[in-house]
Amino acid sequence: MRRLMLGHTTEFTLFAVMIVLCIALSFATDRFFTISNAFDVLNVSAVNIIFAVGLLVVLISGGIDISFAVAASVVQYVTALAIAYLGGGNWAEGFIIAGAVGIGLGLINAALVYKLQIISIVATISTFNIFFGLLMFFTKGVSIYDLPEWLTTRVVFYEREMSDGSWLELTLPVVVMILCCVATWFMMSRTTIGRQLYAFGDNPEGARRFGINIGAMHYISFGWLGLMAGIGGLMQAHYAEEVVPNALYGRELDVLAATVLGGARLGGGKGSVIGCVLGVLMVSITQNGLNLMGVSPFAFKMIVGAIILVAITLSSARIDKLLPFFAKGNIQKGQAQKREAH
Amino acid sequence: MMSAEPLLSLKNIKITFGGVRALKGVSFEVNPGEVHCLAGENGCGKSTLIKIITGVYKPEDGAEFYFDGQPITAMTPSMAQSLGIQVIWQDLALFGEMTVAENIGFQYAVSGKYGLVDKRAMEKAAEKALARLGVSLDLHLPLKELPIAQRQIVAIARALVGEARLVFMDEPTASLTQSETDYLIEIVRNLSASGVAVVFVSHRLAEVLEISDRMTVLRDGALVGVFPVEGMTQSRVTELMTGRNFDSAVIAADHDDQPVVLSVKNLSRANEFENISFDLRRGETLGVTGLLGAGRTELALTLFGMRKPHSGEIVLDGETVHFGSNREAIRAGVAYLSEDRLSLGLNQPQSIADNLVMASLDRILSGGLISPPKKENVVAHWISALGVKIGKPEDPIRTLSGGNQQRVAIAKWLAIGPKILILDAPTVGVDVGARAGIFEIVRKLAADGLSIILISDEPPEVYFNADRIIHMAEGRIKATYDPRQMSLTDLEGKVYA
Repeated sequence: MRRLMLGHTTEFTLFAVMIVLCIALSFATDRFFTISNAFDVLNVSAVNIIFAVGLLVVLISGGIDISFAVAASVVQYVTALAIAYLGGGNWAEGFIIAGAVGIGLGLINAALVYKLQIISIVATISTFNIFFGLLMFFTKGVSIYDLPEWLTTRVVFYEREMSDGSWLELTLPVVVMILCCVATWFMMSRTTIGRQLYAFGDNPEGARRFGINIGAMHYISFGWLGLMAGIGGLMQAHYAEEVVPNALYGRELDVLAATVLGGARLGGGKGSVIGCVLGVLMVSITQNGLNLMGVSPFAFKMIVGAIILVAITLSSARIDKLLPFFAKGNIQKGQAQKREAH
Repeated sequence: MMSAEPLLSLKNIKITFGGVRALKGVSFEVNPGEVHCLAGENGCGKSTLIKIITGVYKPEDGAEFYFDGQPITAMTPSMAQSLGIQVIWQDLALFGEMTVAENIGFQYAVSGKYGLVDKRAMEKAAEKALARLGVSLDLHLPLKELPIAQRQIVAIARALVGEARLVFMDEPTASLTQSETDYLIEIVRNLSASGVAVVFVSHRLAEVLEISDRMTVLRDGALVGVFPVEGMTQSRVTELMTGRNFDSAVIAADHDDQPVVLSVKNLSRANEFENISFDLRRGETLGVTGLLGAGRTELALTLFGMRKPHSGEIVLDGETVHFGSNREAIRAGVAYLSEDRLSLGLNQPQSIADNLVMASLDRILSGGLISPPKKENVVAHWISALGVKIGKPEDPIRTLSGGNQQRVAIAKWLAIGPKILILDAPTVGVDVGARAGIFEIVRKLAADGLSIILISDEPPEVYFNADRIIHMAEGRIKATYDPRQMSLTDLEGKVYA
C-alpha cells in the first residue's frame, strides 16, 4: 500500500479532494448524491475522458498537443460527409472513418515534430489554426443537422428506472470511453511500446542510447491521440446529434488542464490513466454540483479555475507546506519546531 | 587476475574528424577481470576510443581489433552489447519516474514476446543483478527517490543484466561524496572479483590510484604509455597526462597587518550550520573544506544573501549587514561562483560576452540602455586579463572547454568589482591542466587585494592555495589549520577521518 501511495501520490490526493468535494456537495444539494446523477456526470464527461487519455499518451512521451479538439471537429465533418457519400453508412464504417482520419491528422503533427524538428507546442498551435481555418473556410461555418439515424439514435446498454422516477442509463459514449481507457492503460503499462514511451518522455537521451526508435515514439503517441480525437469526435456528434464546426473549439485547454490535474507532467515521463479520469471527473463534478446548487453559469469558469488551482497545489510537492500535520514524519516536524524556536 | 590472453586488444587505432586527427595510432589492452584506468585530459581521445570500442565510430584502415581472441572487423553497437561490452555514461541515462526494477531491467521493455513486458522476468533479472553486486535495493521505489550513489548502483546493475564482460565507467564518482565513492569502489572490486573487467575513466586521481591495477594514459590523441598503478603518485600521473610538471608548494602567508573585510560571528541556520565565526582579511584566501553535506555551500549561500541566517552576525567592512537578497549582497561587493557551473553559473546557449556581463549590467549602461562599446570594453578587458581562450566573444559559451568556461564565470563576478569572491568547488569538471591555470588566477587576484573564500572537498586544493583552512563537519567548524604547520597527509587524514 505504501508503495502504491508513493508512486501515485497525485492520484490519491486527487481522489481524497474529490471525496471531500462530493460530501460537501451532497450536503449542499439533495439531488447530487444519487446514482442517476453519477451516471449523468459520466455521460457528460465521456468525450473529454476519451480526449484526455489520448492527450495523456502525448504528454507522457514528452510532447504536447493543442490541435486535437479542432482535429476532432474536422473528423466529425469528414465522417459526416463520407457516410453521406457511402449512402448512409453504419457504426462500423463510422468508427473506421473517424479513427483513420483522426490518426491521419495526428501523424501530421508527429511529422512536424519529428521530421521538421518543430517543438510540439508550436507545431500544434500551427495545426490548430490550420485545421480550424480549413474547416471554417470549406464549411463556411455551416453546421450539419441532417445526420443518419443510426448516428443520432441513443444507444443504451443498460437502463433502469429509479424509485424517484429518474433514469439510470449506461450509454454508448460511456462504454466507448471505458474501452478507450482500458486500451490506453494496457498499452502504456503492459506493452513494450508503452514503457518505451514513458522512458522516452523521462529521458530522451537515455532512451536513444538504448536504441529506442525515436521516430516511432512520435508517430505512435500523436497517432494514438489522433485516434482518440477521432473516436471522441464521433461520440460528441452522436451525443449532440449534430455537427457544429466550432463546437469543440476551446475544449483542448479544458482537457489539458484536467489531464495535468490528474498528475500528467508537462515535460514527460509521468502520468496515469486513472489520474486522467479523476482529473476530468473532478472538473465535471464541480460543474455538475454548481449547476444543481443553482449557481449562475457565468460563474462556472471562475470557480472551476479556482478548484483546479487548489487541487493542483494539494497534489504537488507543496502539500506539506499547506498541511503541516500531513508531513512525512517526525523529522520534518522537528525541523519546523526548531525553526519556530529560532 | 592476469591471464595469458587479453580480453580486449586494440592496435593502431586511428580516426580523423573534420581533418583533425583525434586518435593517432593508439593501442589499448584490457585483461579479463582487471580494473584498468583510462586517463587523460578532456579532449585527449578517451571518449572517442570508447565509442570505437562500442561500435559508434569506425576506426581507419589498418586497425587491429580483438575481443576474447576473436578478430573483429566491423563493430556495431548491438554487436558490442551482445559481446557483453557495456558503458555506464557519466549522466547514467536512467529514467527518474520509473522504478528501480524497470531501470535495471529496461532491456525487457525494449524487446518482449508479442510486444508485452514480462514484469516478472524483469524483476528477477534486476534482483539477480543486484545480488551479484551484493546490494539490496527496494525494487519498486521510483528511481528519483534514490540518492545519486544508489542510482550509480542501478546503472551498474543494468549493465550486468546484459551479461557484461567489460564495463566502461565514465567519471562514475564525479558527484559522489567520499563515503559513497568508497562504497562504489567496493562494488567495482566485487565486480572485478566475479570476472568482469572494468575500465575506469576518472578525473579524480586519488581513487584511480586506489582501485586500478594498470593505467593507460592518452595525451592529444596519442598513447603516452601503459603503467602499473603500484608505486604511481598523483603528481606523476598529472605529469603524464599533461606533459607538464606542476610543482605544488604551500603559498600560505600571514595577513595580520591587513584590515578585516569580512567578519562572521556565531552565524547559525537550523539544520544547516551552527556557530560559524571567522575573520577574512584583505588579500587573504580562506579555504573551507569538509565532506559533502558539511554545510559549506549553505554557509556560502547565506553570506551571499540567498538564505537568511537564523542567528549571528555578518560584518562587512565594519558594518553589520542583513542581506534581503543576493542582489543586495552583490551591490555590497560579495560575489559567489556557484558550485554547479553548467546549470547555475552560466547560461550555456548564450554568448561568451553576454555571460560575462550578466552580473554587471548596471556598469555598462549608458542612458539606461546597454552600451555596446562599454560592453565590448569590459569583455575585452576580462578576456585578456584572465587569459580566456576564445574564438569570438559572440560564440555560445558552451563551445568553450570546462576550464575556459570557468574563467568566464570568474570574470563575470570580477566585473562587478567585488570585495569578496566566494569560489564554490571551482574545479569540478575542469581538467588537471586547466585547474592549475584557475588557481594561478586565484593567487593573482588575492595578491591584488581581493579576499577569497575557496570551498572545495578536495583537501589538496585548499592546502596548496589557501592561507588558512577551515575544516567543517556536520555544520560546525571543527578546526582551523595553517597549511604551513601540517602536511597534506595530515589534512586528508583529518578531513576523511
